[in-house]
Amino acid sequence: MNFNRRLFLGTGVAAATTLAAPNVFAAGHGKPRVVVVGGGAGGATAARYIAKDSKGAIDVTLIEPSRMYYTCFFSNLYLGGIKTIDDLGHSYGTMAAGGVNVVHDWAVGVDRDAKTVSLAGGGSVTYDKLILSPGIDFVDGAVEGWDLSSQNAMPHAYKGGSQTELLKSQIAAMPQGGTFAMVAPPNPYRCPPGPYERVSMVAHYLKANNPTAKIIVADPKPKFSKQGLFQEGWANHYDGMIDWIGDDFGGGNVSVDPDAMTVTIDGDVTKVDVCNVIPAMKAGRIAELAGVTDGNWAPVNAADMSTKADADVYVLGDASQQGDMPKSGFSANSQAKVCANAVRGALTGSKVFPAKFSNTCWSLIDTNDGVKVGATYEATDEKISKVDGFISQTGETAEMRKATYEESEGWYAGITADMFG
Amino acid sequence: MRSHFQLVLALVASLAASAGWSETLGDPVKGAKVFKKCQSCHQVGEGAKNRVGPHLNGIFGSKAGSDPTAKYSKGLIRAGDDGLVWTHETLDAFIENPKALVSKTRMSFRGIKGADDRLDLLAYLRGFSDEPSNIPEAEPTAQGNYHNLDPAILAIVGDSEYGEYLASECMTCHQTSGANDGIPGINGWPTEDFVVAMHAYKQKLRPHPVMQMMAGRLSDEEIAALAAYFKDLE
Ligand SMILES: Cc1cc2nc3c(=O)[nH]c(=O)nc-3n(C[C@H](O)[C@H](O)[C@H](O)COP(=O)(O)OP(=O)(O)OC[C@H]3O[C@@H](n4cnc5c(N)ncnc54)[C@H](O)[C@@H]3O)c2cc1C
Repeated sequence: MNFNRRLFLGTGVAAATTLAAPNVFAAGHGKPRVVVVGGGAGGATAARYIAKDSKGAIDVTLIEPSRMYYTCFFSNLYLGGIKTIDDLGHSYGTMAAGGVNVVHDWAVGVDRDAKTVSLAGGGSVTYDKLILSPGIDFVDGAVEGWDLSSQNAMPHAYKGGSQTELLKSQIAAMPQGGTFAMVAPPNPYRCPPGPYERVSMVAHYLKANNPTAKIIVADPKPKFSKQGLFQEGWANHYDGMIDWIGDDFGGGNVSVDPDAMTVTIDGDVTKVDVCNVIPAMKAGRIAELAGVTDGNWAPVNAADMSTKADADVYVLGDASQQGDMPKSGFSANSQAKVCANAVRGALTGSKVFPAKFSNTCWSLIDTNDGVKVGATYEATDEKISKVDGFISQTGETAEMRKATYEESEGWYAGITADMFG
Repeated sequence: MRSHFQLVLALVASLAASAGWSETLGDPVKGAKVFKKCQSCHQVGEGAKNRVGPHLNGIFGSKAGSDPTAKYSKGLIRAGDDGLVWTHETLDAFIENPKALVSKTRMSFRGIKGADDRLDLLAYLRGFSDEPSNIPEAEPTAQGNYHNLDPAILAIVGDSEYGEYLASECMTCHQTSGANDGIPGINGWPTEDFVVAMHAYKQKLRPHPVMQMMAGRLSDEEIAALAAYFKDLE
């Protein structure tokens, strides 16, 4: 029943679009339309799966400003000198072959009554179902002394590409015996083990190139993901190099001065050579502009990732507030498949299967010393709820750690092929 | 953490009417009332301190008797050394009848007999421990289903359309191209080998933790569906 109404609406709206935005759509098709904003782990996967599985029955448009997607996953391995920047880049050129129409532009507004998304370059696109997967933005004023205008002096490197390259070049330019500082973010944030894998990889680089250098981490949290594994690894590989200052020791009481290149932790001023500020995060701004956020994130229904605010608008990945899943690329990819199945069902009447979610986060502590944590999840009425999980153990053999690292390389190849074809 | 908990409370309050839900999750609002029975000895929440008994922040996932500043019986410390970790199940058993789980515990409390009251209480306490979204290795908030292998399982004919949907989860790691680097390709596997391997993971006979976890929550039909789909994949 719902399905007929949808199809009918889809047809009407599609025809209207042809008149309103001739630049974006060459011709009107009598097909339901899905618009996906953001071609990252969530958005690229959702766009491809909907296009692939609907076999042309749904018109899929992906709005993404960049021509290349630089993954954040494995970006720490680039900082460590284990991967190159080219290893991290993936072109959207393959999306068309997968049946996805890519528009390289920013989405700047969403009119949920008219069901249109407006673009920075002018014009708008019409949708029956809108999927937002814009990743994260930073909370203003989260770290005293830092704002976006300081991101060149003190990079966050928490979005892929140029920020990561900038941080890498600053680390390479550190004087012998210099200091690398990190201001770690409060929960919840993208990639819970990410900052600590980064510390490991920076230490890996420095150990080979600048062995008397120091790393200090100011952390507003009393504990962090895989803490036991990381701290064991730091003691084994980088003894004495890393000073982690948790909340119990004033790590949350921090301010920075990007001009003077100083960090003040609980009243102690330290002059540093590199300062990686990772501020508190919130959903990518377009989610807020669409009016589907509540506080910093967009609450969604676990069964299909539709927003609590609007049944025709879905939010995937880091921007969503869904329950127990960590904000990771693996999670975003997993959520995208559940969403794609539900959206296709709603628009074409195809079978909708029950939601299943999973996540595994691998982290590299030193060459061939990989660890992992993972869990499976199910949809309850209230949220995405954790079912079962596992974590690498301290004291594992070198062979097992190497196999874990090799597995992460397999995962990287798998997920990027899943996203881009 | 605090605001997250308040949000959970709000969500839970708005959902309290929906059927079936309280069976699995418990109601933290009601749990706060049940906690009154514990309050003379235990504190929880911001600024909670050890009193007669230890404070209960972060109790989920912690080793029994592991806070060096709290007072425990020898029995509880020994149980912790023997591997007792506070999970939903162990806390539930302990609260139901403290002496049945840990003989000679200092917790002179006769226990809470009502299963719903315990569920509510644990839902309340859960809000003051690590959340899986912040620390993925935090204790699960729901329980998985476990099925035993039955000889008839091999005879199940899988639905390959369902298998295709389920397989999307496998494809995050096992490449569609069938490539074999770091993670083996699984295209074109004979049905029987596939089903046997998956059940071996599910029963934790095969060691790999990711696969144990993935297989652990697949039903017999789902394993059959996946086998049917992968058999024909080139
Ligand atoms: C250092 C680091 C290491 C990490 N390591 C791992 C790891 O090992 N494993 C893992 O699973 N995850 C890892 N992650 C996390 C992972 O990168 C993210 O969780 C994942 O990318 C989230 O996917 P997403 O779709 O929500 O957002 P993203 O992948 O960030 O994609 C968002 C996209 O939306 C686009 N966009 C934003 N706003 C607009 C707009 N208005 N209009 C159009 N387009 C827009 C952006 O250009 C971007 O391409 C790591 C992250 C970091 C920072």
